[in-house]
Amino acid sequence: MNHISPTLWQFLVKWMTSFPLFPPEASKIAPEMDALFFFMVLVSVIGMTIVVLLVTSFCLLYSKERHPVAVQVEGSTLLEATWTIIPLGLFLVMFVWGALVYFRVYTPPANSMNIYVVGKQWMWKAEHPGGQHEINSLHVPTGRAIQLTLISQDVFHSFSIPAFRVKREAIPGRYTTVWFEPTVPGTYHLFCTQYCGTNHSQMIGEVVVLTPDGYKKWLDESTSGASLAQNGERLFASLSCAACHNARPDARGPALANVYGAKLPLASGGTVTADEAYLRESILNPSQHVTQGYAPIMPTYQGQISEEGVIALVEYIKNLNSEYRIQQTLNTTDLLPESQSAAGAKSAEQGKVKQ
Amino acid sequence: MSATIVSLPDQSTARIPKVNFITKENGLLSWLLTGDHKRIAILYLISLSFFFFIGGALAGLIRLELLTPQADLMATDTYNKVFTMHGVIMIFFFLVPSVPATLGNFLIPLMIGAKDLALPKINLLSWYLYIAGGLLAIYTMATGGVDTGWTFTTPLSTHYVNTNVLTTGLAVFIAGFSSIFTGLNFLVTIHKMRCPGMTWFKLPLFVWAHYAASILMVLGTPVVAIAIVLVALERTIGIGVFDPTKGGDPILFQHLFWFYSHPAVYIMILPGMGVISETISTFSRKRVFGYTAVAFSSVAIAVFGFFVWAHHMFIMGISNYAVLVFSLLTMLVAVPSAIKIFNWTFTLYKGSITFETPMLYTFGFMGLFTIGGLTGVFLGTSGTDIHLTETYFIVAHFHFVMVGGMLMAFLAGIHFWWPKMTGRMYPEKISQLAAVITFIGFNFTFFPQFILGTLGMPRRYASYPPEFQVLNVFSTAGATILGVGYLLPVLYLTWSLKYGEIAGNNPWQATGLEWQTQSPPLTENFTVTPIMDHEAYDYDWLDKQKEKEVTTSVG
Repeated sequence: MNHISPTLWQFLVKWMTSFPLFPPEASKIAPEMDALFFFMVLVSVIGMTIVVLLVTSFCLLYSKERHPVAVQVEGSTLLEATWTIIPLGLFLVMFVWGALVYFRVYTPPANSMNIYVVGKQWMWKAEHPGGQHEINSLHVPTGRAIQLTLISQDVFHSFSIPAFRVKREAIPGRYTTVWFEPTVPGTYHLFCTQYCGTNHSQMIGEVVVLTPDGYKKWLDESTSGASLAQNGERLFASLSCAACHNARPDARGPALANVYGAKLPLASGGTVTADEAYLRESILNPSQHVTQGYAPIMPTYQGQISEEGVIALVEYIKNLNSEYRIQQTLNTTDLLPESQSAAGAKSAEQGKVKQ
Repeated sequence: MSATIVSLPDQSTARIPKVNFITKENGLLSWLLTGDHKRIAILYLISLSFFFFIGGALAGLIRLELLTPQADLMATDTYNKVFTMHGVIMIFFFLVPSVPATLGNFLIPLMIGAKDLALPKINLLSWYLYIAGGLLAIYTMATGGVDTGWTFTTPLSTHYVNTNVLTTGLAVFIAGFSSIFTGLNFLVTIHKMRCPGMTWFKLPLFVWAHYAASILMVLGTPVVAIAIVLVALERTIGIGVFDPTKGGDPILFQHLFWFYSHPAVYIMILPGMGVISETISTFSRKRVFGYTAVAFSSVAIAVFGFFVWAHHMFIMGISNYAVLVFSLLTMLVAVPSAIKIFNWTFTLYKGSITFETPMLYTFGFMGLFTIGGLTGVFLGTSGTDIHLTETYFIVAHFHFVMVGGMLMAFLAGIHFWWPKMTGRMYPEKISQLAAVITFIGFNFTFFPQFILGTLGMPRRYASYPPEFQVLNVFSTAGATILGVGYLLPVLYLTWSLKYGEIAGNNPWQATGLEWQTQSPPLTENFTVTPIMDHEAYDYDWLDKQKEKEVTTSVG
């Protein structure tokens, strides 16, 4: 040991003794999942020990030196039944326990706070309901159920937070959800775990868990001035959606207030619950989702709105509980380009002042 | 470890039989146009080893890159191509054909007392298709490679990468037909070519395992061929089956792909299990405990194996109830594997055990496959799958089953039947050493990956957070040891072709029909069609045969 430089030695000791062996438990589901995990580890270790003990003792007892002539033994139905039924029983316990955990992870409670996440090559964009957005990071408070609604703009991605023990694929063309309740403030890994091309290994970020007060502070500091629904409203106006969806008696499109969550009769027969997925589909492939009493005249918005735009529109429609707002947005259509350029000029001025 | 069952003829007088399948004809053409299942098996063995070492070199590059947390040895694009080609070559050009195309091809006709496979020309065609596919895969690698991962996930493979997806797909497509033909040939042969007296329950368990694997090959492989054709059509003319903007569904690809690729892991492991049944019986001098249970567990794996594919998709947004069904079925498919492990263990009970190289690999298989199987249950359990899937946990699980299981079984089989295939013994001491080195190296390489996966390290990452480095260094160091373990057999087996001891007909005193004929066998396998007048693994019958020989030679 005298030959190793002390610095190198210290480095090696530090290196070899301080690497993690188990991830932190930072969500409510984490200890539940770990309980199942360690149950399975226990069963595996016992099973493995039995096999190793049997093989070793048979090898010692019945080696050719000790036991030169083999005794032919036919099978035993009793033993076959034993090692069929016991593993099966254990596996079934794991199945049931696992299913309980699984259903919990993918069944968000009704009062959870929804954050939209869009995956694209190679970044994660999170959209908070208050209009805050962030890239490759996610700020969440402790003690609150958070639901993520995920979608991908291009290929499959997968949103993984090991410290929370949750993971969900972000899939092109459909929403998926997952929820968690953070318990311990701190900064945790966020990974994309579904291989998504060149920079897959750089599609990482951090999940910052804050205390409720800290989260409130963060929200105030990161506000973009308009909530997600307000962004949606602006988009609703600029796309002239209100030209048809205006709730007038002669309107060409159905009224949208309180439509979210309602059961709608379809022109093709049957009914559909107007959830996020339905709203998104009706914007992108309207002709396939026409409600009863309306002609299939709505143009597709496929390729014209980004997934973030669709999310803003969906959020706007979700929060729409009065036709009054729509009738107000009617008038903003013409004003929009002007107001945008005005806003641009204003921010440019602000930039000057700062310099 | 000194006791041995090996009984070789007197080396001073023994000769390799002058007429055998190797010496019958000479010249390259006599090999390339052969219909002899044994020669085709040798062709497969040589070409498989070639692909294994290419795939192994790529694995070496992956482990070198992962020595440090940064992507510094190669660009991420290169890394992505390297792990894709490692997967494609190892799965489609090594693991799927490994035991069936070499040992299965060589031994099934010998074991059932037949002259050849039922369709010798189709058998040769299989090899040519395999070679065509393999060379095409090498060609795509040389001309830029492909970076979709071996799973060809859409829409990444159809719309987003610019690499050689089509040629790689074509390579896999062609190799798929090789596999279908091999499976078909085995099915027909096992049904139609058994010698008189060879009833189904007198078949060696090796044959049962291949029968089950053949069903999977014939029924599963066409589905992956369809999936590949659809990917190609989507990529070239945009038919939109998988494209959500055209009303397609990318999840459909996952269903089609895994409908083959899950049974494919049983195509890979079942023949390996067949090898283990043979070696464990021979080296403990006992009939396999619970013969029927082991035979039917192979069939059960093949049947249940078809109904578990969606367990690869638990977090992909398939319905929660589908997850329930597929998780339950996955638990059911785990049971036959447990049955096999316990039956092999109890085969040792009251045996007379020796520890030659094939037996050491067999013990390696049993240990590693048990770990691989049990960790599979962690992934089949829907709740824990959420956390563990798509991480190094799944990489470790897969390699424990496929490398720890299948490759160990392959090496056990190659050593076990080497005297039959070549007429010469391999050197015992160094090969025992190689088996031990492989076992140690394997555990060093892949066990740390379970911990990495539990920590959440995603698979297919060229760079990773620095706190994962220690475990990755362990893994890379282990891979170096493992590399030595795999190189040694190539060296001493080649050496033994010229300098190995003459093996004689039955060096292991084994009961299979393949051991009752000369080594290497005649082109026709047997001079007289054998009659199966005893049970499989009947060591008393073997002893009586020996007594008869002694009395006749004395008389």
